[in-house]
Amino acid sequence: MKYISLVVLLFPLAAFAGDTGYTLVIRDHRFQPPELSVPAGAKIRLQIENQDETAEEFDSYALNREKVVTGHGTATLYIGPLSPGRYPFMGEFNQATAQGVIVAQ
Amino acid sequence: MFGTAIIVFREVLEASLIIGIVAAATHSVPGSRRWLAAGLLAGLAGAAAVAAFADAIGSFASGFGQELLNATVLGIAVLMLAWHNIWMASHGAELAASARAVGKDIRDGRSECSALLLIVGLAVLREGSETVLFLYGIAASEHGRSSMLLGGLVGLSLGVAAGYAIYAGLLRVPLRWFFAATSVLVLLLAAGMASQAARFLIQADLLPSLAAPLWDTSALLPESGVAGLLLHSLVGYDSRPAGMQLVFYISALVLIGTGMQWARRLHKANSRTGAAE
Repeated sequence: MKYISLVVLLFPLAAFAGDTGYTLVIRDHRFQPPELSVPAGAKIRLQIENQDETAEEFDSYALNREKVVTGHGTATLYIGPLSPGRYPFMGEFNQATAQGVIVAQ
Repeated sequence: MFGTAIIVFREVLEASLIIGIVAAATHSVPGSRRWLAAGLLAGLAGAAAVAAFADAIGSFASGFGQELLNATVLGIAVLMLAWHNIWMASHGAELAASARAVGKDIRDGRSECSALLLIVGLAVLREGSETVLFLYGIAASEHGRSSMLLGGLVGLSLGVAAGYAIYAGLLRVPLRWFFAATSVLVLLLAAGMASQAARFLIQADLLPSLAAPLWDTSALLPESGVAGLLLHSLVGYDSRPAGMQLVFYISALVLIGTGMQWARRLHKANSRTGAAE
């Protein structure tokens, strides 16, 4: 109950978060672009558009994020603020091809 | 095939370890087996439903339905694990002494069993829905269908085996250590889940991350390795946690620990007055 009420209380804050958006596209189990540059030190709104038929799980240990993106679906998540550096990510369901990196600078 | 086995193993492991630990912790509660099986079935049905409605859930709450669902499921599981540990703190000794003692306390035993059902069901629902989506994707694709599905089966069996191993191992713990061992494990499980819930809320920008990451031990103990993965599933280890995750982790530890102390003291006081009459 504690968490639910917390969620409800904090929910309106999400609407006011000013942030820059970046987009990744999944096609044929690959990320486009495979390397995405973002500014360091800022919170980033990342949109992932899956153009494949099947679901994918965006997964990154470096960014400490995971999110399922359904087939022909779009998912949004927040990352950062990041220190300058390279942050690899992958599509867990198709690791052989779905690899990418976010470069914060 | 190995790739598939590893992915399914990773998804199944956490739920399997949770079930193994709570199954061991409640093995002397009458009827717990049936409730556990019911929780497993309900969880599987729930996982299939979540996978089927993944689109609708994902677009709910301006695209953060997945995070809200995960955080809510984790939050309820934390509360149920807390309830279990506090209940065990006052009833554990009786359960060990004789199963008959609990017969008198049947209503209490039943609520403990409903907590068990929820814990198992929610663990399976959360981890299972991703497995369902993954395996569905394989089944729907053209190439290498049967060998990959076989891989899925291998991963599932390995995950279940790990859960059974911790269950069987815990039952071998001598009785005087048993309640201490299981309640510490459940306490750490709950704290780890609270930290994960915080991570989902940060991902949806519903909570500030505070310092992120608070530390980075990924070079020393990566979560992609076996040790890191086990520690992540059991005690909520995170190689790059946000400060807010630690706040949730420690709050859960302190709150549940205090609840257990309180229940133990109350129970002792009650049995003392009972003996005096």
